[in-house]
Amino acid sequence: MDDKVRIIEIKRNVFEDNNLEAEKLRASLKRDGVFLLNLMSSPGSGKTSTLIQLIDRIKDKFKVSVMEADIDSDVDAVKIREATGIETIQLHTGGMCHLDAGMTEQGLRNLDLKDTDIVILENVGNLVCPAEFDTGSCANAMILSVPEGDDKPLKYPLMFSVCDLVIINKIDVLPYFDFDIGRCRRHISLRNPGARVIPICARTGEGVDELAGWLTDEVNNWKNK
Amino acid sequence: MHELGIVFYIIRDVKEVAERNNVGLVSKVVMDIGEVSTVVPEYLQDCWKWAVGKEPLLEGCELEICTVPAVSWCEDCKREYPTVRYGRTCPVCNGGSTYLLRGNEVEIREIEVKE
Repeated sequence: MDDKVRIIEIKRNVFEDNNLEAEKLRASLKRDGVFLLNLMSSPGSGKTSTLIQLIDRIKDKFKVSVMEADIDSDVDAVKIREATGIETIQLHTGGMCHLDAGMTEQGLRNLDLKDTDIVILENVGNLVCPAEFDTGSCANAMILSVPEGDDKPLKYPLMFSVCDLVIINKIDVLPYFDFDIGRCRRHISLRNPGARVIPICARTGEGVDELAGWLTDEVNNWKNK
Repeated sequence: MHELGIVFYIIRDVKEVAERNNVGLVSKVVMDIGEVSTVVPEYLQDCWKWAVGKEPLLEGCELEICTVPAVSWCEDCKREYPTVRYGRTCPVCNGGSTYLLRGNEVEIREIEVKE
């Protein structure tokens, strides 16, 4: 008997399932009064150091937890736990270059969310893939560090267009690089006119108060919305 | 390299459709991939070959990729132009109020099954 061939039309966006899962996760976070911040960047831009500075400024007001996502190791989770004393878990993506809503939800199940106000997800260091996948977060932020160059928004437009906040880190080394903050702001606003831009230095703490203020406002808006 | 993650999504969707239609073997999956979707067809094929080896339902299943050319629209002069060549600036009027009409697809068009 010959095999008969049949065509089944599907016409389906591959990201659709993830987008639905992300919406469900956001709704359940809203019910629990938990604010999930998805923090993205290139490797080496200073995500972990920025988090340590930021958490120090908000941990008296809010109960904060951190989920660190990496392909391997737990160095970042240990570093944050030792520096801040807050609950930190490490997620391993098993070789994947990003987190999706399903993985984020699994990670959240391992945290004690009772009375938790803020969960910060430190996504895998990468400017391409994490931008494609909605994690279910309540806000997206990214860090661009001065040595990476002010033209990054032109090279990775999707990342800059999905972020509510762009943190420009390592401003203490501005005199040594051709990085122009004004030009960088213009590049960002071309991709995403609504994005807030906050220049900081995680090493000295400069600008981190403004960052803490942004997060505080976002969390209060989320809880009262 | 998000292609591996995308392959897992494709397989999940295809399996679901196959189960609903009582299909024993899927012989081909046809994808529409936009020119500016950030998916690299060669990487997608490599990840596909590795991943389908682990799924009996997809044994030897071919992945056909149809490229969807990227086309942008200029709000100022109301014209279409090819995105990859000209980017975000309209080649006719030099205007910047442009947006992508198509070319961002990562879509399963259809599957071919043996009965």
